[in-house]
Amino acid sequence: MSEQALERATAAGPASPRRKWTDSPHLWFWIFVGPFVAGLLVFVVIPILWSVWLSFYDARNTVTPTHFVGFANYSRMLEDPSFRSSLVTFVLFAAFIVPTTFVLSLALAVLVGGARHAQAFFRSVFFLPTACSYVVAAMIWRHSLFGGTAAGMLNTVIGWFGAAPIAWLSIVHPPWYWLVLVTVRLWLQVGFFMVLFLAALQRVPKHLYEAAALDGATGWKAFRYITLPQLRATSTAVLMLLLVNAFQAFDEFYNVLSTTGGYPPYARPPLVYLFNIALGNGQDFGDGSAGAVILTLIIAIFAVLQGRLTGIGRRGDT
Amino acid sequence: MRAAVGVRTARYLVLSVAALIFLVPFYLLLRGALSTEQQLVGIDHWTWFPSHPQWSNFADTFRNSTVPLGRSMINSLVIAVTQTVLVLVISGMAGYGLARSTVRYANAVFYLIVATLLIPAAVTFVPSFVMVSSLGWVSTLRGLIIPGLFQSLATFLFRQYFLGFPKELEEAARIDGAGPLRTFLFIVIPNSWGFTAAIATITFIGSWNAFLWPLVIGQDQSAWTVQVSLSTYITAQSVDLSGMFSAALVSMVPLLLMFLFLQRWIVAGVEQTGINE
Repeated sequence: MSEQALERATAAGPASPRRKWTDSPHLWFWIFVGPFVAGLLVFVVIPILWSVWLSFYDARNTVTPTHFVGFANYSRMLEDPSFRSSLVTFVLFAAFIVPTTFVLSLALAVLVGGARHAQAFFRSVFFLPTACSYVVAAMIWRHSLFGGTAAGMLNTVIGWFGAAPIAWLSIVHPPWYWLVLVTVRLWLQVGFFMVLFLAALQRVPKHLYEAAALDGATGWKAFRYITLPQLRATSTAVLMLLLVNAFQAFDEFYNVLSTTGGYPPYARPPLVYLFNIALGNGQDFGDGSAGAVILTLIIAIFAVLQGRLTGIGRRGDT
Repeated sequence: MRAAVGVRTARYLVLSVAALIFLVPFYLLLRGALSTEQQLVGIDHWTWFPSHPQWSNFADTFRNSTVPLGRSMINSLVIAVTQTVLVLVISGMAGYGLARSTVRYANAVFYLIVATLLIPAAVTFVPSFVMVSSLGWVSTLRGLIIPGLFQSLATFLFRQYFLGFPKELEEAARIDGAGPLRTFLFIVIPNSWGFTAAIATITFIGSWNAFLWPLVIGQDQSAWTVQVSLSTYITAQSVDLSGMFSAALVSMVPLLLMFLFLQRWIVAGVEQTGINE
């Protein structure tokens, strides 16, 4: 608000006939932002607080428990070897999938960005999986690409080279199911992040490369000393998105691995575990909430660590 | 010079191989949808493509009594359209208010929203379920739609976009006596279609493909979304592979149509979502 306007407002006072109630900036702010904030409070903030509260109670089959149990739910969750193993699994999964997706999508962006012909075609092909759901992709991977009998596509292909068919999903040693799970996610995610990188690459000023070429820096050197630093903002954002996505892994794990007999005891992401505890037969909201709180804390720690490593915390907020 | 030609050839070679690999799953989907059950479960050999495409698979998959494909497609359509429209309204207004308001606490409210952005939505599904079930919304469209309407990411992106929107246009409107709401409706929105379309497509895709929340809330068959229906095909005891693949192909039709017609906008939108700024 300009100083003049402010002066006029104070001079005229609320009694002025020209100052209507609709002039209040507070009113306008809440008309625009109020609906969103109200919904956010009811469906995000309050549930989280409620969940923290539940995590200290014996809340089996109830969401309004009365029996306070302190940290018992937390210690039971942390002592449960299957919850601990799911946490370890998820950390390893994130540690692999985040950098791999990052490198592959950046590499594709560099390749597509440098292509003079058919650039739009390649971009579309790599972006197309974005339209596919995790459920459909999991279906294709499980029942067609990685079909466990000799009639699976990959088994047919490796058969040409004389290899015996592999039961990709039903054997634990070696854990081939990881190949299935990781490739689903790569296929679904790489194209989206490639488009983000492509846009960022196009914004790198051309004269930087020209100047570097005069100094003899081309190819890898130009990439290392010009492209990568210029992509820093995009890179940090992409890494953060990938990390959050990895934490949310559920869809492809559930659809690739679970059967009518339930979910197998391996490769179980924390969300599948929490899903079973809170919404399975036990309906134990106390334990489920404690697990969600533990998971949130771990995510926060990793986000801060990754932010420190890549420097996202040093940036301004706009 | 020869090296440059070599580099160029290598680039196209790598790109072409990668493109082929990326298209394989789509081929598999089409193949599965048009094969007979015998061809799909064939124990000893792989059929590359059915010599007699089974178009009747599509009609059959709609007639399956255990998986209500038609009903769940309608559910998904209602959910995705409603969520897309309402997210645009709610987040668009909130983003504009946050970008333009002069009240002192606007930034504090913005930081609160950013804080919720950092909490992965999926981690909150247990508490959100608790909330929705205590409202009695399990297995209802309300329960499927309303909790997904308050998307911090969309609000964040709209705010970033509106911060870069030329103020001169709005000031001209204000001098003409238009209030904030009028300015927003008649000046800001008509000049932001490109960005709005981008957020709309991203929201629609996310809503159509959502799985965890519909799985948690859609406990009765009548409230299944298309992804939940497909999932029951995958995990069912009796396999019906041809029915499953044709259902999956049908489920992708709305999004594939959208991609065909809106490809340019979607890509442009993803590029300018402000993530790069």
